[in-house]
Amino acid sequence: MIENLLGLKETSAEDINAILDDAFKLKQEVLLQDIKKSAILNGKSIITLFFENSTRTRVSFELASKYLGAVAANISASSSSVAKGETLIDTVRTLEAMGTDVIIIRHNQSGAPHLVSRYTKSKIVNAGDGMNEHPTQALLDMMTIKEKKGNIKGLKVAIVGDVKHSRVARSNIYGLKKLGAEVVLAGPSTLMPVSLDEMGVKVYNDVEKAIQDADVVMGLRIQLERQKKGLFPSVREYNKYFGVNKERLALAKSDAILMHPGPVNRGVELNPDIIDGEQSVINEQVTNGVCVRMSVLNMLANGKRFGE
Amino acid sequence: MDLNSGSNILIKNGLIVDPKNNINETLDLLIKDGIISEVGKNIESDGAEVINAEGKVVAPGLIDLHVHFREPGYEYKEDIATGSMAAARGGVTTVVCMPNTNPVVDNPAMVKYVTERGKEVGLTNVLTTACITKGQKSKEISEIGELKDAGAVGISDDGRPVLTPSLMRRALEYAKMFDIPVMSHSEDLDLVDGGSMNEGYMSTYLGLRGIPKCAESVAISRDVLIAEEVGGRLHVCHVSTKNSIDAIRRAKERGARITCETAPHYFSLTDKAVEGFNTNAKMNPPLRDDEDVAAVIEGLADGTIDAIATDHAPHDSDEKEIEFSLAANGIVGLETSLGLGYTNLVRTGKLTLPELIKKMSVNPAEIINIDRGSLGVGKIADIVIFDTENEYTVDINEFASKNNNCPYDGMKLYGRVDYTILCGEVVYKR
Repeated sequence: MIENLLGLKETSAEDINAILDDAFKLKQEVLLQDIKKSAILNGKSIITLFFENSTRTRVSFELASKYLGAVAANISASSSSVAKGETLIDTVRTLEAMGTDVIIIRHNQSGAPHLVSRYTKSKIVNAGDGMNEHPTQALLDMMTIKEKKGNIKGLKVAIVGDVKHSRVARSNIYGLKKLGAEVVLAGPSTLMPVSLDEMGVKVYNDVEKAIQDADVVMGLRIQLERQKKGLFPSVREYNKYFGVNKERLALAKSDAILMHPGPVNRGVELNPDIIDGEQSVINEQVTNGVCVRMSVLNMLANGKRFGE
Repeated sequence: MDLNSGSNILIKNGLIVDPKNNINETLDLLIKDGIISEVGKNIESDGAEVINAEGKVVAPGLIDLHVHFREPGYEYKEDIATGSMAAARGGVTTVVCMPNTNPVVDNPAMVKYVTERGKEVGLTNVLTTACITKGQKSKEISEIGELKDAGAVGISDDGRPVLTPSLMRRALEYAKMFDIPVMSHSEDLDLVDGGSMNEGYMSTYLGLRGIPKCAESVAISRDVLIAEEVGGRLHVCHVSTKNSIDAIRRAKERGARITCETAPHYFSLTDKAVEGFNTNAKMNPPLRDDEDVAAVIEGLADGTIDAIATDHAPHDSDEKEIEFSLAANGIVGLETSLGLGYTNLVRTGKLTLPELIKKMSVNPAEIINIDRGSLGVGKIADIVIFDTENEYTVDINEFASKNNNCPYDGMKLYGRVDYTILCGEVVYKR
């Protein structure tokens, strides 16, 4: 059973499967009910501590907490004492002292959740740290893949885009490899981190080679500021060589699914026709996000599996 | 601590390792009035205090070309007293302080303050560099002549590179008149581009922005080529990459007057030590990979790398126990350098013991042109006696340094210091 959720590099295949199994149950027994209410986190307090802007992830965690009956509060860096120069460790200790059971942290610095986890008894969930990991995103991606494909082992998953700066890509690489998927990556060489191949993944600059016969095609969000830094010359050229469009998606298996962590830059990394096409599971990903977060919060706050 | 002042000392039956005089055998050594008065067999004590050094190594005191004692300005990190104590515990009898204090050491008064304060403390010979450029701002060269006259043994903007090649050229040309080494922190900040660890598998794995190796090798190549052309005395600080070492090797082969140093962590650790976002493995240059560690060791063995210097860099825990990218660069090193050198270079057969002492005492003395690093008769009695037979465990809680930012805690090493003797006085005894 997980102690914290710092990242999927720290999480075993067994624990990942447990989180996914509970998430499927919670989807049926809570999220898909007319009255989305459970009492399993009654009396638990859960705080989202976000140092970066976010709407969907923060709301997803907040709803997951509330559907399960927890007391939920949100802190964003601009409205906290962090702006007054308080250290991260002091902030987290203060929250712990108020009786917080779980702290969900998003931070622009890789390793921030790992740092605070050494200084607090509150359970820590990483909601995205720098370029390192975004484990609940990868969990919801894996849940969606499992839901659509039945299992994950043996599937070919192509991840396309800015892998270098992507915590979503890293968490998916660690998680999908642990569950036995074949992971291939594609994107411009300036947006690929070094030594990726040492992680046991295939790396292409040719998107079409990566997508060929894939079961899952996952686009990554391109931060438009990367273009200003000179990492690619123009959005137009990016879309021409690395954008996923109908023709490229057709190279994947006929029943392949199309995923994206959102929000999508329409016409940049994915073309509009496929975003809204029948292979797209982008909205299901969002739904499943609430489910995996309910699953993780239950494990951490209650220290047991759902239904136990 | 049992301090012994003023009296005569006879060191009996130690393995005298004195590469300057080509001595590497078991002998006695007699110190009179702070000076080495005799080295030979069966010397009579004649009233001198006797140190039994049987089974131990007796070598010239270590000379560390690169330390940060932080005084004045950052006494919460370290001061000259605690830094000197750390040096004494590490067998280091001469240190060269870097000038990035607050205010920086860019005028004669500051040079005198640091060296005088060192003398007051009296636990190690405290020397200092002074800034290459006024205020370390990379705009104008400082008053290098005056600084040398005040006692600076080198000039350095350590912590920062000299930003423009033309300024580095002027500094080398000007410093050449005064025969003072320009100790360069060579780094191309444009290529660093906000990185916080070595760019490689580990930076990809941890999602940390990487510092490419070329951020060092490009800057070193620049400085080496300029120095070669103007004939200046360039000393390159803390080299850590294969290509940096190659650039220096080739320039030396062409006859350039270039020297360089590496630090113990560059032959003892790789960037794997960063795993878990360990800020005690964060320094600049960053820890590199296996290939570079091998190149550093090769560079030490073939003479490309002249010296081992610690880059002893104490930081308060509030500057280290924070987010990795924001954490301060550097680790303390004075109390582990001999152990790391002995264990990782001599015991592994990469260097002989006399070669190690050359890198840690003889060559550093020559680089800053001081009459130390020798156990010759008539020389100042700066001596380290250490144990190469028994393994010990590094315990950061025993450190004299004000801060324990160190990745070696719990590491098993050989080469523990038993005695440090400064000008004939025992300044540390285990």
